[in-house]
Amino acid sequence: MGMSGLTLLYALLFYLATLLLVVGVGYRIYVYSRTPAPLKIPTTPAPITRSGVVMRMARELFLFESLFKSNKWIWIFGWMFHFGLFLVLARHLRYFTQPVWGWVVLIQPFGKYASFLMVAGLLGLWARRFLVDRVRYISTPSDHLMLALLLAIGLSGMSMSFLDHTDIISLKAFALGLMYFDWQPLPADPLLLVHLFLVASLMIVFPISKLLHAPGVFFSPTRNQVDNPRESRHLAPWAAQLEK
Amino acid sequence: MAAPEFEVPKLKGFIEIPQIRPGAMQGVKSFEANEKIQQAIGYPGKLEEGWEQKAVNKMGEMLKKYRSLQVFLDACVHCGACTDKCHYYLGTSDPKNMPVARQDLMRQVYRRYFTLPGKLFPKLVGARDMTKEVLDDWYSYYHQCSECRRCSVYCPYGIDTAEITMAAREVMDSVGLGQKYTNEILGKVQRIGNNLGMPGPALEDTLSGFEEDVEADTGVAVKFPIDVKGAEVLLVTPSADFFAEPHVESLIGYAKVFHAAGISWTLSSHASEAGNFGLFQGSYENMRNVAMRIRDAALELGVKRIVVGECGHAWRVAYSFWNTLTGVGAGADDKYAQMLQKQLDHSYPQPAHICEVTLDLVKRGAIVLDKEANDDRIITFHDSCNVSRGSRMGNIPGGQFIIPRELIRASANHFHDMAPGTTHEATFCCGGGGGLLTDDLMEVRVKGASPRANALKDVVDNHGVNFLALICAICKSQFTKVLPYYGFNMSMVGGVHQLVSTAIQLGAKQ
Repeated sequence: MGMSGLTLLYALLFYLATLLLVVGVGYRIYVYSRTPAPLKIPTTPAPITRSGVVMRMARELFLFESLFKSNKWIWIFGWMFHFGLFLVLARHLRYFTQPVWGWVVLIQPFGKYASFLMVAGLLGLWARRFLVDRVRYISTPSDHLMLALLLAIGLSGMSMSFLDHTDIISLKAFALGLMYFDWQPLPADPLLLVHLFLVASLMIVFPISKLLHAPGVFFSPTRNQVDNPRESRHLAPWAAQLEK
Repeated sequence: MAAPEFEVPKLKGFIEIPQIRPGAMQGVKSFEANEKIQQAIGYPGKLEEGWEQKAVNKMGEMLKKYRSLQVFLDACVHCGACTDKCHYYLGTSDPKNMPVARQDLMRQVYRRYFTLPGKLFPKLVGARDMTKEVLDDWYSYYHQCSECRRCSVYCPYGIDTAEITMAAREVMDSVGLGQKYTNEILGKVQRIGNNLGMPGPALEDTLSGFEEDVEADTGVAVKFPIDVKGAEVLLVTPSADFFAEPHVESLIGYAKVFHAAGISWTLSSHASEAGNFGLFQGSYENMRNVAMRIRDAALELGVKRIVVGECGHAWRVAYSFWNTLTGVGAGADDKYAQMLQKQLDHSYPQPAHICEVTLDLVKRGAIVLDKEANDDRIITFHDSCNVSRGSRMGNIPGGQFIIPRELIRASANHFHDMAPGTTHEATFCCGGGGGLLTDDLMEVRVKGASPRANALKDVVDNHGVNFLALICAICKSQFTKVLPYYGFNMSMVGGVHQLVSTAIQLGAKQ
């Protein structure tokens, strides 16, 4: 089968985006893990055991515990967006697996409608950037652009799910072809092209933007440290040098 | 009290989130340290040609040494969760006192020099060059942060503005711009042994004065020993306890507790300071140098236990950092720390907070408290920021909230907590912590105290509270000074061990 320029362009775009995402985020994780935390600084009260810390991190990751304490509006919008995004992403696994995994089939309807949750959450978060004077003050152009990008991805995707279906069989063939280096033509559907271009853009900016909060949260010393400084000595390598 | 040159917030008994007023606190600046003060603690005397690049280099160096700084500068998404959490924002309405905006003063520079988008598209991501204008903002607003960590409780990524403030102050110091108050004290404690610069003989005089006072008052010869080799306990307490009111009352309380329980104890003239302003200023090395005096004193005197008096940031440093900095603690597998740890008695926590020690003695019946002696007092308790969010007492999480309250209830019959959301981990800083307890920042201190003053007004009006119990020397100094601005009587401020001192039965147990 002959390859169109469009297919080639998108294939290369996705290889590049994946490479930048993996290498970029991998490098940030390397930097975070290599940088020592010289002092015990968990925000207390903090767990006094490792398993307690795992529970604390789990509550942060899945329930956004600190945000819940802080502001119920941001919590509800933020949680709607992230949970919606999670289901939507999980549903998208169907385009990369053949046969489709059982649990992915199971969540298919939820994943479809979760996009409403995701978009509603984004709209709520964006509204706060205009309506709350304190949040308006701290918002930069890139904060708005990031929300616009995510919203555009959500809306273009939803249009294909609910309004104007794209050729999903060919799309899946294209996706699988990318993975197995057996390139297949990409349907030249404008909505699909927009959607894929925006997704690739998101992947590319991920490692150089505030989206680094995703790996960052795992490395936050105020959340991931055990509160046991009296019981065991905590010493960073550069600090140990001072005792020589 | 002279009439203030600024508007004192009106108290309503509850806390309101103000509309932003950009620039409201722009001009407020703490006095700068002179060359002598700066050089005494190892920093350049003043800003010199090329400081901008030096500051950026220093940032780069710190990014490699502190994971907190690296992660926190990257992770913020500007969600706004912290924007209404800082007592200085609530009291001043200046948006640069919102934690995220305070962090952004450094984050903007970080983005400009250390991230690709900031190098390519500074305007897009709000990146800024390191200029004198930026430095002025740093100096102003990083000295309107008390490093109380309240924001870190509420951040979904645990971003702690205190870490950023400390780093910013360290960067400023390293290019020759330091704060007079903090750096002068850091010089004194390293030269003389305490923040007041009170030499050993003066201290001995003061202590023997207390012995006379207490004996005249109670008829019991309570001792205030200093530099006694072979004592069981080394008490390290903030030097304000030696001369300031109401701090002295708590020192008398500690002495009575040790006397009544029959525990031999001593102070040290070499380490006559629990406070460690190295924390405020963000320098690991300075913090370590100050802490080292306590290690030296403990080794020299051969004590078995190290106990820390009522001081919030000192307890954070002692509890969280002493083991790291100097080996005061347990569980070390290196020779350096073991030298001290072999000497200490590990049937007690090392170091221990005086409230842990006293409550334990009460529970074991080793001392007896007469609650009725405090019946004229209706008490509330202010959780100190550093104790609440940077340390622990006892062996369960949150012991730092339980133990002081149990001790108050054991000493007195009337206690009312302030409103939820203003106590425990959500407590508001007194407004004077983190190196801001200086008269040149009075406006910041008074306004920053307004959330606490509002919560206090509520219990004063509705429960007749007439005593604000504290476990921090800075809180005590701050509240005696600023509460009168809000119409409270300064005599309502006191220590938890002041209550113990009133209630304790001396000589009841023989």
